[in-house]
Amino acid sequence: MIGIGHYLVLTAVLLTLGVLGIAFNRRNIIVILMSVELILLAVNINFVAFSVFLGDMVGQVFAMFVLTVAAAEAAIGLAILVTYFRNRGTIAVDDVRQMRG
Amino acid sequence: MWAMHGGNARLPPSRRASKPRGVSKRFFRGSPRHVVQAVIFYILAAVVTLSAAMVISARNPVHSVLWLILAFFNAAGLFLVIGAEFLAMVLVIVYVGAVAVLFLFVVMMLDIDFSSLRAGFLNYLPLSMLLGGILAVELILVAGAWSFGDLALEARTAPVAAKAGLSNTQALGTLLYTDYVFIFQAAGLILLTAMIGAIVLTHRTREGVKRQSVERQTARTPEAAVALERPTIGQGVDTDAGVR
Repeated sequence: MIGIGHYLVLTAVLLTLGVLGIAFNRRNIIVILMSVELILLAVNINFVAFSVFLGDMVGQVFAMFVLTVAAAEAAIGLAILVTYFRNRGTIAVDDVRQMRG
Repeated sequence: MWAMHGGNARLPPSRRASKPRGVSKRFFRGSPRHVVQAVIFYILAAVVTLSAAMVISARNPVHSVLWLILAFFNAAGLFLVIGAEFLAMVLVIVYVGAVAVLFLFVVMMLDIDFSSLRAGFLNYLPLSMLLGGILAVELILVAGAWSFGDLALEARTAPVAAKAGLSNTQALGTLLYTDYVFIFQAAGLILLTAMIGAIVLTHRTREGVKRQSVERQTARTPEAAVALERPTIGQGVDTDAGVR
C-alpha cells in the first residue's frame, strides 16, 4: 500500500496547479472555474486519502458533500457567465466593475 | 519521512487487522501486488498532474475541458486504487458526466474570442510562478513534516470505521443515511438552490413572441370579439380598426 505522503504531495501539486491556473488566466473566467474544480478535486483526494489511512469513513462522506457543492458552484458560475456574456458580449473579467456600487 | 509515525497503533482494530504491518514508506514489499499498485498509482498521479497542467495552459478552452475530463478520470482511478469505489463512480458520473459536459456546452455555445483573453498571459507569468512555487514548497514541506499526532487522534471522537464485511458503497450508505442524514438533505437543498438559481439567471423573457393565452381565450365573449358591420358598397370594412 502506498503511503499517505504520496497522496499528500500529489494533492499539494494539484492544488498549486489550480491556484496557478487562477493566477495565469486572470481574464478567462472559464479557465478560472476549471481551476477551482481542480482545487476542489485536490481537496477531495486529500479527504479520501485521510479517510482510508485513518480508517474513518466520515472523510468519504464529506468528500461527497464537497462534490455536491462543487457541482452546484459550477452550475451557478456558468449561469452567471452566460448572463454576463449576453449583457457584455465578452467574458474578460479583469474589467468587471459593474458590481461596484 | 512520508510514513505515519506511531499513529497506526491507534487505528481501530478492524483497520489494524487488515493492515498488520502498518503503512510504511517502503510502499512495496516484494509482493507483486504491491508493486503493481505502486506503479498504477504513479501512472495515475503523473497523468493527473500533467493534465492539470494542460488545463491551465492550453490555448483553446475546449482542449482545457478535455484535459479536465482526463484529470477527473485519473482521479477516479486514484480513488479506486485507494479503495473508495463509490466516490470513484460518483466522480465519473458527476464531474465527467455533468460538470465537464456543462463546461463544454458553455465553451462551445458562447462565441468568444479566446485569443484576446490570453493577451496578458505572459505578464502574469513571473509573479504567478513565484506565488505558485512558494505555495507548492510550503504544502509539500507541511506534508513531509506532518505526522499523525497522538494528541489529535486521542482528542477526536471515535473514528467511524467501515464495518467488516460491508463494501465501500454499503458502508458509505449506512453512514450517510443514519448519522449524516440531515447534512445529506442539506446537500440536496444546495443542489435545488443551484438548479433554481441557474434557471433564474439564464432565463430571459423575449419580447414579441406570440404564445397561446388560455385565460384570454376563455374570457372572450362574442360581444367583445364579433362586430357586425353594414358597409356601404365599394367602401369595404376597415379591419385595421379592429374589433370595437
